[in-house]
Amino acid sequence: MKKIIAKLKMPAVFGLALGLLFCAAGARADALAPFKGEKGTIKISGGTAHIPVMKEMAKRIMRFNPKIRISLAGGGSGVGIRQVGEGLVNIGNSGRRPTANEIEKYHLSLFRWAVDGVAVAVNPKNPVRDLSKSQLKKIFSGQIENWKELGGEDRSINLYTRDKASGTRAVFWKKALDKGEISPRANFVPSNGAMKSAIATDPGGIGYLSAGNLDKSVAAVAIEGVEPSLKNIKSGVYKISRSLFSNTKGTPGGLTKKFIDYLYSPAGQRLIAEKGFIPVAR
Amino acid sequence: MKPAPAAEKLFFGAALFSASISLFILLFMVVLGLPLFKDGFFLRLFTDPWRPDHGLYGISAMIAGTLGVSFLALVLALPLSLGCAILISIIRPPVFGRLLEKTVQFMTGIPTVVLGFVGVFLLVPFIREQFGHGSGRCLLTAALVLAVLIAPTMILFFCDSFSRIPASWLRAADALGCTPMEKFRHVILPNSLQGLAGGTILAMGRAVGDTMIALMLAGNAVAAPHALLDPARTLTAHIALVVAADFDSLEFKIIFACGLLLYAITLAMTLLIRGLDRGNGGRTW
Repeated sequence: MKKIIAKLKMPAVFGLALGLLFCAAGARADALAPFKGEKGTIKISGGTAHIPVMKEMAKRIMRFNPKIRISLAGGGSGVGIRQVGEGLVNIGNSGRRPTANEIEKYHLSLFRWAVDGVAVAVNPKNPVRDLSKSQLKKIFSGQIENWKELGGEDRSINLYTRDKASGTRAVFWKKALDKGEISPRANFVPSNGAMKSAIATDPGGIGYLSAGNLDKSVAAVAIEGVEPSLKNIKSGVYKISRSLFSNTKGTPGGLTKKFIDYLYSPAGQRLIAEKGFIPVAR
Repeated sequence: MKPAPAAEKLFFGAALFSASISLFILLFMVVLGLPLFKDGFFLRLFTDPWRPDHGLYGISAMIAGTLGVSFLALVLALPLSLGCAILISIIRPPVFGRLLEKTVQFMTGIPTVVLGFVGVFLLVPFIREQFGHGSGRCLLTAALVLAVLIAPTMILFFCDSFSRIPASWLRAADALGCTPMEKFRHVILPNSLQGLAGGTILAMGRAVGDTMIALMLAGNAVAAPHALLDPARTLTAHIALVVAADFDSLEFKIIFACGLLLYAITLAMTLLIRGLDRGNGGRTW
């Protein structure tokens, strides 16, 4: 008998935890209310900087109403724009503004909901925390090859870059490197997440990623003495920044519209700020 | 027993259907890659570097990457696989042999992304710290993991070709007082060469076609590798990375050239195996 009671205790603890969770959810119920009674799927792909925010939103919405399924994929800004344009997904995210050509060809509606920095990051073991713009250009073009030359330890510099579908790359290339050369020996990684794990595991690594995606596993580098902090990005002192967009084909309706409305709701804007981005009102 | 006419027709239809699919894929790639054949552009694919920002779209570095990674994997896996196959089907230690065989069979089913994942967290840091140079994402790392991928295929294929040697020949060798190794050298090996070659080519095909391992472990740099510790980009990884580009861009069309090349390599290997089989066909035991 005792055993049975012991067994019952565990679910009780879980129940309590779940209850607390629902209480927390209750506080957000206002913003989620439009999703009540809905069902269907929302497919999202594209920019990988958007993923932390999108993932948390999807979790909240699907927990509130399990009849709604939200699928989330990466691929990069170029993929997001193309897939939404071709009707493969409902929302195509991009970490850059779609070009005039893309907007016209696919009849895109643009929803800009955050400002995000593109931060240069190194491994936390690397003592180098500040680079000038000309040093950065020399590093990425392959002219500086050892951390020793920059005041670090004697270790080769391993470059990590993204492919052309990446909005993060486009912004970094234009605003940090002034469209300068990226060494052909640089390693390519396919997403912001992969960039983070590559740098986190490589003591000689350097790369660039969404400032909102930064965490303790990597160390952000100040450019010309300016750190890619939220404050500096917001004030414009940190220059390497961009807007995050969610794009739809034509004017969104139904669930897709409600999803985008949530981004601009007080709860959505709070979430965007929590994830390390600067929310932008509609 | 001869199958019923209806069943025969059904099977014939199925065979025709699947054969035509692979032909249609070829046709699809040729048609979509057609713009590349104009103005001698196709030749420039093999001479230019990959610099899309400068209008240069050469894929010779990726061809070098593919060949480098898969040959190295083969060189690493071949002796290992041969040794394993000899242990499993000729020396046959009672418990360990069975265990090894089961393990190898199990290994054929491991998804490549799992191997890649393990490689990223274990092998990449190891290689980097051992050699103290580069990022650890290089030709050698990818080839080592690729060798693990293709070894089971080779081992099972080799075991199979060893076991096709007629039992009477082996008994004759035993009767002459051969040790197991003598039996292997003089009876089994000379009569299973075609099987060995077939297994090797099959494994090579698998190494050339694999995407995930090279994508995760080889670094994907666009310069051709010159040393074992240099990063490399394979044709398959190149397709995976470039497929995200704008559909109308020339960059995207290059994918079809890569696809055609891979198709040609696979075709060449298949023909090689066929040729070997034909050589074997005249023989009766």
